[in-house]
Amino acid sequence: MKGARWIYAAFVVSMLASVGLVTFYFIGESAQVEGVLLGLALGGMGLGVVGWATTLMDVPTETEEREPLGPGAEDPAASEPPLAPEEVTRRKMLVRVAGAAAAAMGAALAIPALSLGPRPGDRLDKTKWTAGARLVDSLGNPQRPADIPLNGVKTVFPAGFEGEADSQTVVIKVDPEVLELPEERAGWAPEGCVAYSKICTHAGCPVGLYRAEARELLCPCHQSTFDVTRGCEPVFGPAARALPQLPMEIDDTGFLVATGDFPEPVGPSYWNMDVSGDEAGCSSGSRSDSASNTGPARDCERSFPITGRSCSARSRCFASSCCLRPAPI
Amino acid sequence: MLLATGTYLTLFYRPDAAPVIYDGPYEPLRGQEMSAAYESVLRISYEVKAGLVMRQIHHWAALVFVASIVAHMVRVFFTGAFRKPREINWMVGVTLLVLAIGMGFTGYSLPDDLLSGTGLRIAYSALISIPFIGPYLGFLVFGGEFPTEGIISRLFVLHVMLLPAIVIGLIGLHLGILWRQKHTQFAGKGRSESNVVGKAFWPQQLFKSTGLMLLTGAVLALLGGLVQINAVWNYGPFDPSAVSAPSQPDWYVGWLEGAIRLWPPFEPTIFGITIPSMFIPGVVIPGIGFTVMALWPFAEQRFTKDRAMHHMLDRPRDRPVRTAIGMAGILYVTILTVAGGNDVLALTFKVPIEAMVWFLRIGLFVVPLLGGIVTYRLCREMQSSGAHPLRRRRGVRLRRKPDGGFEEVSPDEARSGV
Repeated sequence: MKGARWIYAAFVVSMLASVGLVTFYFIGESAQVEGVLLGLALGGMGLGVVGWATTLMDVPTETEEREPLGPGAEDPAASEPPLAPEEVTRRKMLVRVAGAAAAAMGAALAIPALSLGPRPGDRLDKTKWTAGARLVDSLGNPQRPADIPLNGVKTVFPAGFEGEADSQTVVIKVDPEVLELPEERAGWAPEGCVAYSKICTHAGCPVGLYRAEARELLCPCHQSTFDVTRGCEPVFGPAARALPQLPMEIDDTGFLVATGDFPEPVGPSYWNMDVSGDEAGCSSGSRSDSASNTGPARDCERSFPITGRSCSARSRCFASSCCLRPAPI
Repeated sequence: MLLATGTYLTLFYRPDAAPVIYDGPYEPLRGQEMSAAYESVLRISYEVKAGLVMRQIHHWAALVFVASIVAHMVRVFFTGAFRKPREINWMVGVTLLVLAIGMGFTGYSLPDDLLSGTGLRIAYSALISIPFIGPYLGFLVFGGEFPTEGIISRLFVLHVMLLPAIVIGLIGLHLGILWRQKHTQFAGKGRSESNVVGKAFWPQQLFKSTGLMLLTGAVLALLGGLVQINAVWNYGPFDPSAVSAPSQPDWYVGWLEGAIRLWPPFEPTIFGITIPSMFIPGVVIPGIGFTVMALWPFAEQRFTKDRAMHHMLDRPRDRPVRTAIGMAGILYVTILTVAGGNDVLALTFKVPIEAMVWFLRIGLFVVPLLGGIVTYRLCREMQSSGAHPLRRRRGVRLRRKPDGGFEEVSPDEARSGV
């Protein structure tokens, strides 16, 4: 047993070094320390295994006849000498310690994979649209309602972010008479111009086709179809969510500007997405179903009438229309 | 073939998303901004001598590679060649199929054209649709929110180093196991469970295999030279706010595309956890599909209680249940693949896309079921009649009698040619 102690120690050193590597990944950055720790982890493991093999395994030296290199050679069945009871316990212990060291090393070797990408944070929830951002085309030209022909479509971006993938938006001009937007979004369609996120809520393709006669946006990837006149609710295909609508108005100079970010995350759904009306995100305060404000007074607490629920600025809310400023009516 | 043409392509391809202005001989794209990767693919196609033929052979070879794996797998499945002791090798084979599809996908994403960018976009959406880990996983794989600059070089490493190394290793393992276990065989004169009848590896098998390899190469060369494939210059460079219609992936991804298209707009939120409509058709269905395939040998052992060694092959008709299930599976995947092109079909046959989708949604359940039942009945019929489906005439011959009735012509009489 005495000779075995340093073997345990080697495994433990390896394990500690691996744990150290994982810890160090998060707290520091030094190639020297990382190299030394990895050296200890591998070296301890190596020493332990070699020590185990040379000092603890009481295997007699065998003499094996050279097999003729050719057909018909079969392995002679290897016979294993029975182990003494204390050897059995020792082996169990060794396997446990070495296994723990190996698991720690696995974690230490896998942890650098975290460098492959940033944590999502709120990147999936937000776009570059802000209140006051002008709607510009891919070349940066600001748009007046008159620049978009009736039943015409234009892809726009927030000024200064031309080509920004998650902010791509499609503006469509329709006869204001046919619009059936939710009441509180009535002001989001100046002169019949409505703007929706161009990223399909299904698989994220640009919703690039417009059927002018049916006033439907169609995604060419999987044929999800959205009704432009009714807030781009999905009417066919695998998409289950409406394309988020961009709140906008006409500024003093006659150009279209956003009045905030999209009220919902754009693009394909994910498990913890926070859509307006979602209880976790929006209704930390009152849950009145009427549009009147009956909840406790909060900074900008206001009913979000699409779902009839209220939301507060303190919660992670995307209903910019209600949280950032009153929806223009 | 793939290795040779692929190596040639790496000498000219640049796995780089950095923007450049195109200044090459292809007039329509001159002056456009594009990634260095796309520009290098255009250069391979237009300026590098022998570049275009290498690229097209490479692409055709990839399509044929996956097709060969599928054909081989179908053969092994229907003849029961996956049974004990070959379960492990069957699982190696299923893994190879998955990796081959992965290599195909990473490969056709490399040109960074509009079509492949769309495919990547959908793959990203499928990744982030996974509950709990999806957004993190998507950001780790892509290095951030789609589209990212780094993805091209990552795909390149996967495509030219990691995946090929694993595939070559597994092919070695696959053949090594085969070498040790020897081939299976159909029942026949002098053949039994305890022997293997065939020509020796040297010289005949080796000559045959080499010849077959050359013939395959010949077909691929003809395809690569004569049949245009993946004309990336037509699609244009990737632009996240543009998309081409119609968009179809390579054939072996078509079934996934179809599953995603046919899935209903079903996106429940359970206990605050949203299950995106991409998740089930894009992640769960393929996951279950490949798992069932990989574990099939064990499932069959459990179901039939047959745990014996088998070196003799089954005739498909003698295992009607397996044959019927296999047939239903093939039909299921076929319908999904057809659905992957539903927009093209709707356009071709002038059917509204909505009708097309509903037709396929129903077909997805009806056709495999009917196909399975028909297959089962055919197997039973063939078992009892002993007839070969192609070689022998079936049914009876009738002869009209003078009084207007009918009588059966006896087989002997029929053979003598009345």
